[in-house]
Amino acid sequence: MSTEVIKRKNKDRGAILAFVGPLAVWMLLFLALPLVYVIFISFMKKGTYGGVQLAFTLENYALFLDPTYIKVIWKSIVLAFWTSLICLLISYPFSYVLMRKISAKKRGICVLLIMLPFWISELIRLNGWSNILRDSGLLNTLLMKLHLISKPLTMMYTDGATLFGMVYALFPFMVLPLNNSIGKLDSTLIEASHDLGASKMRTFFRVILPLTVPGIFAGTIQVFIPSLGAFYIADVMGGGNSTLLGNLIKDHFLTARNWPAGAALSVILIIFTLILLKVYTKFGSLSDL
Amino acid sequence: MEKRKPKQVGKASYFYTFLVYTFLYLPMVMVVLYSTNTSNNNLVFKGFTLKWYASMVTNEELMKSLGLTLALGLVSTAISVILGTLATIGMYRYEFKGKELLDNLMYIPVVIPELVIGIASLATFTMMGITMSFWTLVIAHVTFCVPFIIITLRSRIAGFDQSVEEAAMDLGANQFRTLMRVTIPMLMPGIISGAMLSLTLSLDDVIISYFVAGAGQMTLPIRIYGMARGKISTEVYALSSAIIFLTVIGYVIASHFKEEEE
Repeated sequence: MSTEVIKRKNKDRGAILAFVGPLAVWMLLFLALPLVYVIFISFMKKGTYGGVQLAFTLENYALFLDPTYIKVIWKSIVLAFWTSLICLLISYPFSYVLMRKISAKKRGICVLLIMLPFWISELIRLNGWSNILRDSGLLNTLLMKLHLISKPLTMMYTDGATLFGMVYALFPFMVLPLNNSIGKLDSTLIEASHDLGASKMRTFFRVILPLTVPGIFAGTIQVFIPSLGAFYIADVMGGGNSTLLGNLIKDHFLTARNWPAGAALSVILIIFTLILLKVYTKFGSLSDL
Repeated sequence: MEKRKPKQVGKASYFYTFLVYTFLYLPMVMVVLYSTNTSNNNLVFKGFTLKWYASMVTNEELMKSLGLTLALGLVSTAISVILGTLATIGMYRYEFKGKELLDNLMYIPVVIPELVIGIASLATFTMMGITMSFWTLVIAHVTFCVPFIIITLRSRIAGFDQSVEEAAMDLGANQFRTLMRVTIPMLMPGIISGAMLSLTLSLDDVIISYFVAGAGQMTLPIRIYGMARGKISTEVYALSSAIIFLTVIGYVIASHFKEEEE
C-alpha cells in the first residue's frame, strides 16, 4: 500500500464526512435517538390525555409483576420458541436439499421461488390460509365431503392458528441464513468423515451440524425476535383469542394511549434483542445475519 | 465443493421440497382462485368472472393506496440507496472514530422487532412536534431499509479491486469523477439487488407504517390489515393476483436479459 493511500485512510476528514456523514446523522437522529427516547419515557408518568408527563416513576415496570401481563409475556416467549423450532425443523432438510443435492442452475430458481412470495402482502397470503382453514373453509369442506369428519374442525382463531401463521410468515427467514451456512460446507470434510468409517448419522451430528451452527443461530434470531413483535399475525390468525406481547404494546400506544407502559413493555423486546445478539456474536459474525 | 457432480436426488428429497413449496404457495393459489369469484363475499366460490380486475382499476380508494405504496417504496428506496452506497464506500475506504458504533447501530433495524422502530419513531416524531405524513413514513422506511442495502453492498465491495480506482486517479480523474465513473459502476449489481430488497421490504411493510402513517395515508398493507379480520374484498384479491402475475412476468423478463448478457 502506498503512503498516499494510508494518508487517505486516516486524514481525509472532508471525504469521510461526505461519505459517511449523511448515514451517521440519519441513524443517530432517526434510530438511536428514538430508541433512547423509548427507554426514557418508560420511566415517565403517563400524560392525562395520552402522551407523556415529565415525572420519574417506576410504576410502568410494576406491570411486570401483574399476573395477566406475565402470562402474555410468557405465552409470547413460548410461542416464539415453538415458531423458531418448527421453522428450523422444516427449513434445515429443505435448505440441505436445495444447497447440496440439486444442480446450481435449479438452485437459483429454487431460491428465487422462496423470495417471490414477498412481493405479495403477507396479510393477503395469511388470508389465503384463513380461507383454507376456517370452519367453512376448503379443508373442512373437503374433509366433510370425504366423510372423514362430521362437523367442521375449529382451526382458525386459535393459538394453534397463530403459531401456524408465524411459521408460515417467518420460515423463509430461517431458510436464507441456513442456505448461506450449508452452502459454505466443505464437502471434503464430510467425505473424510465417511472415509474414516462414520455412519451418516454420526457424520451429521459430529460434522455437518456443528459446522452449520452459525446459520442455525442467525436463522433462529431472524425468526424468534420478529415473532415477538408481529401483532398482526396474532390478529389475523388468532382473532381476539391470541393476545401476544406485540399486541399489548400496540394497544398501549394506539388504543389505551398509555405510552410509558407500552414503552416499558417494548424495553423487554430491546433487552431480548441485545441478549440474543450477544449470544449470537459468540457463534457467528453479525455480517452473516 | 462445486467440482463434484450433484448426487442423484432421492425421491424423498424431491417430495419434501415439493411439500415445502406447496406450503409456501398454496395460499397464493387460493388468492388467485378467489379473485375470479363472482361473489364479493369470499366465503363461498360461486362462479367464474374477471369483472373484479376491471372494477379494481376504478376503485379510487384502492388505486390511491396502490399509488401511495409505490411512491413510498420508490422514494424511500432511492434515499436508502444514496445513503447506503455512500456509507458503504466510506466505511470500506476509511478508518475513523465511531466506525464501530455506526456499524453496530446499523444492525439494530435488522434484528430488532419492527414494532419497536414503529413506536419509537411515533414517540419521537410526536416529541419533536412533527405531524405524521407521507414524509414520516419515508423517514421510518429509510431507517429500516438502509441496513439491508449496506449489507448487500458490503459483500460486493469486499471483492473489490482498489487498484482500478487508483489507476483512475493516477490518470487524472478527480475524486468525484472516479466515484461516478469507476466506483459506482463497479458496485452497480450490488446496488440493484440491494434496491430490490429495500423495495420489497418497503412495499410489504405493515408494522412500521401502521404507527407513522399520517391521516389518510393508507398504504396497501395497512388497508388490507384493516380488512383482514373480517373479509377482504374480491377487488383486493384481484389486485394481489395482478401483482403476482406482474412479478412473475418481471422475473422472467429479467432472467431472460441476464441469460442473454451471459
